Amino acid sequence: MKKLFAYLKDYRRDAILAPTFKLLEAFFDLLVPLVVARIIDVGIAQNNHTYIVHMVTVMVILAVAGLTSSITAQFFAARSSVGCVTDMRQGLFDHIQKFTYSELDQVGTDTLITRLTSDMQQVQNGLNMALRLLLRSPIVVLGSMIMAFTIDVKCALVFVVAIPILSLVVFGIMRISIPMFRGVQKKLDRLLGITRENLTGVRVVRAFGQEQDAVKTFDADNGDLTRWNEKVGRWSAALNPLTYAIVNIATIVLIQVGAVRVNLGGIQQGQVVALYNYMAQMIIELIKLAQLIVLINRSIACAERIQSVFEIEPGMSFPVDKANTKEAGDLAVAFDQVTFTYQNGGAPALKDISFQAKKGETIGIIGGTGSGKSTLVSLIPRFYDPEGGTVSVLGENVRDYPEGTLNTKIGYVPQRVTLFEGSIRDNLSWGKADAGSDEMDRALATAQVKDVVDQKPDGLDFYLQQNGRNLSGGQRQRLTIARALVRKPEILIMDDSASALDFATDAALRQAIHSLHRDMTVFIVSQRTASVMSADQILVLDEGRLVGKGTHEELLAHNQVYQEIYYSQFPKDDHTAANTAQEA
Amino acid sequence: MKKMNMNSKKTLKEVLSYVAHYKGLLVLSLVTAAVSVVLQLYIPILFGRMIDGIIGKGHVKFALIAHIGVRVGIAVIIAGAATWIMNLVNNKLSYSVVRDIRSQAIRQIQDLPLSYLDSHPSGDIVSRMITDVDQLSDGLLLGLTQLFSGLVMIAVTIGFMLSINMPITLFVVAMTPVSFLVARFIASRSFTMFRNVSDTRGRQTALIEELIGGEKVVKAFGYEKRGSARFAEVNQEMQQYSQQAVFYSSLTNPSTRFVNGIIYAFVALIGAFTVPSGSLTVGGLAALLTYANQYMKPFNDISSVVTEFQNALACAARVLEFIDAPPQTPDPEKILPKASGKIDIDHLYFSYDPNKKLIQDFSLQAKAGTRIAIVGPTGCGKTTLINLLMRFYDADSGTIAIDDQNVYAVSRPSLRQNFGMVLQDTWLKHGTVRENIAFGKPDASDDEIWRVAAASHCDTFIHQMPKGLDTVIDDGDLSQGQKQLLCIARVMLVDPPMLILDEATSNIDTRTELKIQAAFDKLMAGKTSFIVAHRLSTIRDADIILVMRDGQIVEQGNHRSLLAKNGFYAKLYNAQFELTK
Repeated sequence: MKKLFAYLKDYRRDAILAPTFKLLEAFFDLLVPLVVARIIDVGIAQNNHTYIVHMVTVMVILAVAGLTSSITAQFFAARSSVGCVTDMRQGLFDHIQKFTYSELDQVGTDTLITRLTSDMQQVQNGLNMALRLLLRSPIVVLGSMIMAFTIDVKCALVFVVAIPILSLVVFGIMRISIPMFRGVQKKLDRLLGITRENLTGVRVVRAFGQEQDAVKTFDADNGDLTRWNEKVGRWSAALNPLTYAIVNIATIVLIQVGAVRVNLGGIQQGQVVALYNYMAQMIIELIKLAQLIVLINRSIACAERIQSVFEIEPGMSFPVDKANTKEAGDLAVAFDQVTFTYQNGGAPALKDISFQAKKGETIGIIGGTGSGKSTLVSLIPRFYDPEGGTVSVLGENVRDYPEGTLNTKIGYVPQRVTLFEGSIRDNLSWGKADAGSDEMDRALATAQVKDVVDQKPDGLDFYLQQNGRNLSGGQRQRLTIARALVRKPEILIMDDSASALDFATDAALRQAIHSLHRDMTVFIVSQRTASVMSADQILVLDEGRLVGKGTHEELLAHNQVYQEIYYSQFPKDDHTAANTAQEA
Repeated sequence: MKKMNMNSKKTLKEVLSYVAHYKGLLVLSLVTAAVSVVLQLYIPILFGRMIDGIIGKGHVKFALIAHIGVRVGIAVIIAGAATWIMNLVNNKLSYSVVRDIRSQAIRQIQDLPLSYLDSHPSGDIVSRMITDVDQLSDGLLLGLTQLFSGLVMIAVTIGFMLSINMPITLFVVAMTPVSFLVARFIASRSFTMFRNVSDTRGRQTALIEELIGGEKVVKAFGYEKRGSARFAEVNQEMQQYSQQAVFYSSLTNPSTRFVNGIIYAFVALIGAFTVPSGSLTVGGLAALLTYANQYMKPFNDISSVVTEFQNALACAARVLEFIDAPPQTPDPEKILPKASGKIDIDHLYFSYDPNKKLIQDFSLQAKAGTRIAIVGPTGCGKTTLINLLMRFYDADSGTIAIDDQNVYAVSRPSLRQNFGMVLQDTWLKHGTVRENIAFGKPDASDDEIWRVAAASHCDTFIHQMPKGLDTVIDDGDLSQGQKQLLCIARVMLVDPPMLILDEATSNIDTRTELKIQAAFDKLMAGKTSFIVAHRLSTIRDADIILVMRDGQIVEQGNHRSLLAKNGFYAKLYNAQFELTK
């Protein structure tokens, strides 16, 4: 956990001061029973009022000193734990920003979110409690024993026996019940899963009239969870009464031993009271310590998970500064014998792909699910590095672009719609930070979504909820297209970005993009033949291989895979209809 | 406790009605709590007497000490046993109530109208059923018993203290409000701070979910630096608030401990002055000191219980609001027998929102075996028709009749049995392949299952699965297409006379799509089918085409008549082939 401790370094002083003051407080607490003993044995025995007042004054001073050191300790603990975790959270966030797609795939964004939120919170709680109590509780337990020894060795032996027995009971029950709690958590997750399933599948459940069965399944798991809860509860229910009994039985023994010692003149009555008080103090701290250990264990587990994310090193390096002097020529994108394998996937996702796209061309990419279409286009903005071959953009190997320069040339529309909470303007400014309203309007018009935005009361300032869920699927998809267009990219990549659009809108969109063209090279990934039919060049992928390259007519005439795809969407008898429509 | 408003009272009453099933347990819990508290408080007195037996060198009453020691031992064992039983009973009680509420809630899910379920995010309902119910049991049930033992503890402590020494007791009681006020003051200060923290945390989590969840887009647009800056802003705000909140809330313990310490010192002072007068023994003083030390604990407990109690009531209200939501209209007794598939829709009106008219005056006559294609742009409201046919929603006016039987006069399950539904959203339950195929007919034999698996082209991939039909389906194991094939098999097994199909096959590769098409064709043979159509051939071969736009049915007819009409359908149809060349 080296990397995490590095964050504590900035708060080293606070992190040392907090437990130190806490120890001071414990020390003051431990003195109190001794003072009480003095009051009884000296003050009361001699009926010395001045002495009693003095001793009580000492007690008040001890209380004030205890409060002061405790507040000081809490302050430093809060400052260092919150500060350290704040830095750690920022550090982790920034670290994730350096990840490439490979690392993101490997860890998964859901996991990263948990690390940044609840795991961090747990670490903060654990750290805070550890700084406050980890030293205090054992010291009070041990301190009570040591204080007992200073009073009387024979009586102190009762402590020596009681402490290990108590520890055994407390930690024994913890050892048994903690793994069982994990079992409960699993059952609870299962119940949660069933509940969610019932809600998402409510139509199907009702369509098949399976309501009663769904209830029966739930009831079985619900009962299961209850039984587990009760089973674990049986152990934790025993903790309090057991420790209580042990401490009190130890106290009985202590008083008996004390009685013998007093009878022999070894100690006085007040010292027996002091011993009795130490015993009471000890048990409170021991229980606290047990709870603390549970908490700390949990936060250590969280800290380890956070650490493991920190340990992931981004697997891509960028040239620091490279003048882009080479004359680009008329090539926009070139793949030269490119092979690529996903980190977790066994078989290569792309095998030996070579093609060239000229500036201003429209390239269609078609193929079945898993044929490597999305993978191919994600190599263009260098989301991944191929393991073999080279990818060049505008005449330059993508690896030679300094960090952050390549993606300014590319407008990318991902397959999964991702929008962000904020105004439409905010979202479009992702494409170009300083884009003006005119530029945005033009992009919206091309993306066939301007009328939708215009209809909104606030226009460009219309506020999108999380992931734009206050818009329809098709509207959201078109906004992501507009976002990519705002930056007037030299290369536009649409990764199956028209799937939620009806045919008419899809066609109008392609028409609009085509008319913008200038020098923009457009990549269209699609399952629909209709979407790529008009491309200058169509790449046909099948299981990671480029099995066809050419125009629609060429491929339809000679390429078997393309024919298969085409006729699955336009059955042969429709073919004439399609052609008629095309000619018209 | 704070004055509760009407709603809280109603919530509490309802929760208590769940507890009422376990009256015996509740009584047992209260009795054992009282026993345990009284004994736990009585024991220090006994210890005090033991200590009083130790007077000084040569003056120790061993017989007395041994005698009381035995009594303490017995008291300790009884107190321990009572506490243990109380803990067990409380566990049983709270877990049972939790189980009962959840079991009520799952029944409610089956019984709620879809309009409720559609308008409440499922995550919200799940969190009510799981998290809120847990909070309810922690806060409300344990709160109740803690409150009870706290009150008993205070009363008994004061009683015992009074029995030992009156003036000291009065002093301690007089000091009570001070300690209480200190705790309340800190709690109220830190409460607002914690609210700031949770607000900020909410914003921070939302930002994290967005930016990290959309990290690939962040990278694609080079938004990393801007993202980090936005995060840093919230993060610093978070630091400021949490630091305050953590610090202030951590003051509660030291402050009450301090007040306690002062009380303790003064008890020692007054006690020490009193002992020589003979009205208080040293053992009595030791007992008083122990009480003074413990005295504040129940007050702190109660004050934290009150906060938690309010929180738990809020959670309970959320759960009960769900459980008490009005269920769908009760089903008529009458049952729709297996139908031939003749459908008559007569002057149907429907809208989700009275201000936004959708289906208006829609009529349709279809003989058994008719194929009806539903066509229209995305988001045109094709699911509305499905909702009405399946009675997921009821029409505002007008009727739907199947085999001349008004569907609103028969029970929903009997109506739905006559429909098979394959939607784009391929929902499968967590379970084995067998359970999923036999979903509508749980007692189907293996032969039947394999027959439909073969007919729906599932058999090949089922054979390839590690345990065949007994393989538990895990999300992600199956492709979208395979899931859809299983959904088709599921319907085939039931073999209903009418079908509702969604042809949308995005994200499915061509070969699987061909299989699905073949399976669909087999399924539809001789049946009345409503097809949300995407394929040209389906649309052209349909007997009736319903053209939808903006939630309304704008045209109705067959391919030829609609093309001739040259309306919206014709425009849609031609757009498919409007190429950008």
